Amino acid sequence: MRRAVPGLLLVATAMLAASPFMIDAAPPEVTMGLVQKIFYVHLPSAMLFMVASVVCGTSSAIYLLGGRRLGADRAAFTAAELAIVFGLITLVTGPLWGRKAWGVWWVWDVRLTSTLVMWLLSWSYVLLRRFGGAGSETLSAGVGLFGMALVPFVYWSVNVWRTLHPKTSVVPTLPASMGKPLWWSVAAFACLFAVLFATRARLERLRTDVDMALADADE
Amino acid sequence: MISVLHSAWLIAAKDLRVEARSRELVYTTLFFAVTAVLIFAFSFVQEDSTVPPGAASGILWVTLTFSGTIALTRTFEREREHDTLRGLLLSPVERPAVYLGKLFAVLLLLAGVEAVLVPLTGLFFQAPLLRAPGLLVSLLAAGTLGFASVGTLFAAMLVRARSRDVLLPVVLFPLVVPVIIAGVRGTNVIFTPDSELAVARMWLAMLLSFDAVFLSLALWTSGPLLSE
Repeated sequence: MRRAVPGLLLVATAMLAASPFMIDAAPPEVTMGLVQKIFYVHLPSAMLFMVASVVCGTSSAIYLLGGRRLGADRAAFTAAELAIVFGLITLVTGPLWGRKAWGVWWVWDVRLTSTLVMWLLSWSYVLLRRFGGAGSETLSAGVGLFGMALVPFVYWSVNVWRTLHPKTSVVPTLPASMGKPLWWSVAAFACLFAVLFATRARLERLRTDVDMALADADE
Repeated sequence: MISVLHSAWLIAAKDLRVEARSRELVYTTLFFAVTAVLIFAFSFVQEDSTVPPGAASGILWVTLTFSGTIALTRTFEREREHDTLRGLLLSPVERPAVYLGKLFAVLLLLAGVEAVLVPLTGLFFQAPLLRAPGLLVSLLAAGTLGFASVGTLFAAMLVRARSRDVLLPVVLFPLVVPVIIAGVRGTNVIFTPDSELAVARMWLAMLLSFDAVFLSLALWTSGPLLSE
C-alpha cells in the first residue's frame, strides 16, 4: 500500500487537474444552468463521506468484538477523520447548490439531516480520541458501533418530513455527456481518498510505534 | 438470567439507598430542570402570555435531555470520587448486570424529575396533559429509556476519561437524535388539539424499536466496553 501512494497521488492530481475541463465540456442542465456543475464535486464527496463512515463503523465493530486488533482501530480513526473532511465538502457544496436550486440554504430534509448527524458523530469520534485520554480507543469504538446502528433510525425519523433532495436513482439515468465527467470526478476523489487514507493510517502507526518505544525506554 | 436481574437490582438498590440518604442528585437535578424551564418560558412565551405552537413539547424534551445528562454525569462522578466503580467491576457479577443496575437507578431518578417537570410544563405553557395521559406517559417512558440506555453506557465508560463533563454531551447528543425527534414530535401531537393521535402512536412505535435495538446493543457490548 505504501509503495502505491506516490503513484496514486500522481493519478489523483492529474485527474483532479483535468476534471474542470471535463466538467466544462458537459452540457448545462436545462433548469439549473451553471450552478448544477457543483454536482460534480458534491456527489463524489458525499459518496466518499459514506464510504468513510461505513469503514469507521465496521472497523470499530471489528476492533471491539474481534479481539482489539490495532489495525482495525487505526482504520476506524483514519476513516473518522476523512469522514470529517469529505463531510465538510458535502455540507459546504450542498447549501451552495440548494440556495440556487431551491432558494434556501438549508432544509430539514432526510438526506441533509442524516448527513449532518453522521458528520457530528464523526466529530464525536475524533474529539473523544483527541481529548479522552487513555482508554479512549474503546470509547470511540463504541461511538462508531452505536453510530452505525443509529443510521436507520435517523433516516426513518426524519423521513416523515417531505423530501426535496433529488434521489440518487437519477444517477444511472444521466446522459453520457454528464455521466462521464461525474464518474471521472468520483474516480479522482476516490484516488485522493485512498492516498489520504494510506498516509494518515501510516502516520498513526508511526505515532503509536514512537509512543511504545518511548514507553519502553522509560522502563 | 434471574441471577443477572437479581444482581442488577442489588446494584440499583445500593445506588438508590445512597441517593435516599443524601438526596443530592434529586434536589440538584430537579432545581436545574425547573430553572431551565423558567429560562425557556422567558425566551418563548409572548408578551400576551401566548405560547408559540410546538414550544411546550420542545421545552419539555430539551429540559429532559439536559437534566438527564447532568444526572448521568453526577451518578458516575459519585462512583469515581470514592473509586468504587472499580470495586463494582471487580465484584463477581456480570457486566450486563452492572449496566442494568446503573440503568435502573438512573431511570428511577429521571422518572422522579419527570413527575415534577411534566405538570410544570402543563402549568406554564397550557399544555393539555390529560388529553391522552396513557400515551403521554408511554412516550416519556420510552424516550427516557432510549436516552438512558445509551447514556448510562457512555457515562460509565467516560468515568476515567479526561474532560468527561464535556465529552458526555459530545457523544450522547448526536446518538440520541432519533429519541429527541420522536419524543418531541409525538408529544407535540398530543399537545396540539384536534390532531390525529395515531401519529403519536407511530412515534411511540419508533421509540420502542429504538429502545429494543440500543438496549440489546448496550447489553451485548457492555462486556468489552466496560472493561478496565
